[in-house]
Amino acid sequence: MTNPLPPLGRAAGNGAATAKPDDRLVSDKRYKIIEATMRRYGYQGHGLIEALHSAQEAFGYLDDFTLMHIARTLHLPPSKVFGVATFYNLFTLKPQGAHTCVVCLGTACYIKGAREVLAAIEAEYDVKAGGTTRDNQLSLLTARCFGSCALAPVLTFDGETIGKVTPEAAAQQIAQRMMAIRQAA
Amino acid sequence: MAGFYGTKNKTMDRHVLLRDVDVPDIREYDVYVANGGYEAWKKALTTMKPDEVTAVVKDSGLRGRGGAGFPTGVKWSFIPKDVFPKYVVVNGDESEAGTFKDHQIIDGNPHQLIEGVALCAYAVQAKTSYIYLRGEFYEPAKTLQKAIDEAYAHGMLGKNVLGSGFDIDMYIHMGAGAYICGEETALLSSLEGQLGQPRLRPPFPAVQGLYAKPTVINNVETLANVPPIVLNGAQWYRQYGTEKSPGTKIFCVSGRVKRPGNYELPLGKYTVRELIEMAGGIIDGRPVKGVLPAGSSAPILPASALDTKLDYESVQAAGSILGSASFVILDDTVDIVWAARKMVRFFKHESCGKCTPCREGTYWALKLYDKILSGRGTLEDVNMIGEVAAQMSGKCFCLLGEFATSPMQSTLKHFRAEYEAFIANHQGGKMNGYTDELIREGVIAGPDGVIARH
Repeated sequence: MTNPLPPLGRAAGNGAATAKPDDRLVSDKRYKIIEATMRRYGYQGHGLIEALHSAQEAFGYLDDFTLMHIARTLHLPPSKVFGVATFYNLFTLKPQGAHTCVVCLGTACYIKGAREVLAAIEAEYDVKAGGTTRDNQLSLLTARCFGSCALAPVLTFDGETIGKVTPEAAAQQIAQRMMAIRQAA
Repeated sequence: MAGFYGTKNKTMDRHVLLRDVDVPDIREYDVYVANGGYEAWKKALTTMKPDEVTAVVKDSGLRGRGGAGFPTGVKWSFIPKDVFPKYVVVNGDESEAGTFKDHQIIDGNPHQLIEGVALCAYAVQAKTSYIYLRGEFYEPAKTLQKAIDEAYAHGMLGKNVLGSGFDIDMYIHMGAGAYICGEETALLSSLEGQLGQPRLRPPFPAVQGLYAKPTVINNVETLANVPPIVLNGAQWYRQYGTEKSPGTKIFCVSGRVKRPGNYELPLGKYTVRELIEMAGGIIDGRPVKGVLPAGSSAPILPASALDTKLDYESVQAAGSILGSASFVILDDTVDIVWAARKMVRFFKHESCGKCTPCREGTYWALKLYDKILSGRGTLEDVNMIGEVAAQMSGKCFCLLGEFATSPMQSTLKHFRAEYEAFIANHQGGKMNGYTDELIREGVIAGPDGVIARH
């Protein structure tokens, strides 16, 4: 990623100077979801966070092309879209694995041993926190506080919350769920 | 998602806020109405003037439950009567580490929140209300949206509610993971699709808030208090709590206790010690080392302050703040230097970057803690932490910069000996169990000589 955002002016004005961005917008139906969200907010700039939410939900992450598309549609400078996308923790600019596991490292979870839980998962899947396994199956992330401190230590797997985990059982619980999803598919 | 917030602890005969403990299915519209739901809303619309609703809330002495404890009725009375449109914004950002009270209200008793928002909107004559939820509240948002849809379907929200001629619309807005958006002006910026950075006050949100229009911002728990107050009157509410802190409050207890969870109690009736006992006491019966009364943002209370009463004034007199009343209990297994570093790291990450003292101060404070934790610290560094904190306090736009200094200053005040012992015991890189953590966080190089990057 040398240049984080493609140039804005040329694609719109100077004809075929760059690849036509419209091809992807037509062929990938997921852009319709983002389009629907932006339409619901009247293509106003204050719907930016909602648009980013639906893009993140549709694609799993925000790539440069999608950010530029949102910036153009909402008539916002790319710098502002990029700024908002990087300011908030829930938006990610990197592709994610097929499954996502988030370990809470908030104060309460930390005291209850979230450190050991994270270390056990890291060792089992040979992945560092913030990274994705080599087979792109599992992204391991950390969060500061889920607001579920009564269940500490807590982690989420693909949005499902698993509370009161132990270092011994955590990796196993994740493996079971990944296996179940694979069998169902 | 029932039981998501841990055990449902019964602490009162009839709860005012955590009514899902008494009536498990109160999140359903029919069950809520069968238990007196929306009676206050009907009463206000049919028999009360908007000013009367504000007056009742003012008389009840209800104070904001988000942290600052500002009287709610007074806040509503600041809204000008002749400027339109006006907005009601509900702060459901609940990002303070150790706080999970709003979560239980939204998930377990959503209609009481909706009714409270509606009453607030009627009192200030606002036609549009926004409920701002933190981005992580994905599941609770679904419950709340379902409850709002039910309220619309039964004619409690929408156009011309109950034939009174009052229109009200309610929308949920999801945040995207930023602690700073719990600050009211940052929340407004985020609601407008901007970076969540605080604004200069004045003008206060009551004069120029959302889209530069008069705006009331209240916490979820505050507004959940309003329906019972309007229905039963201010005197009924004042039977709970003390003269200056009336009513009940949800205490979130977490940390090294046996039964963590939400405990709703009258303010000023119990002490911190009794609260810990209610939560089952400390794991393995160990002694308490310190208590954080409002997550990481409140100054730590040492074990000697355990007999402090649980109300705004008493906790303040003991040298801390009650804030959102999220008690994180630390026992003698917790290393204070390590815990303080965790909190400083949190604030360093969540500082929005607008004010230099906070952005740079948290950065340098974390550097100092990293130095101490990795065994290279000296007593000079301990003094330097105090100096950095002193340089930050009172020099920032919002309270985040102020909060960031409290773990530094309060642990230095009460546990300075631990800092000195830590430095003496860990000199020369003896890190005793912190090595892995520091390698993962990119503070020191790993065994392969590489410093991790994030």
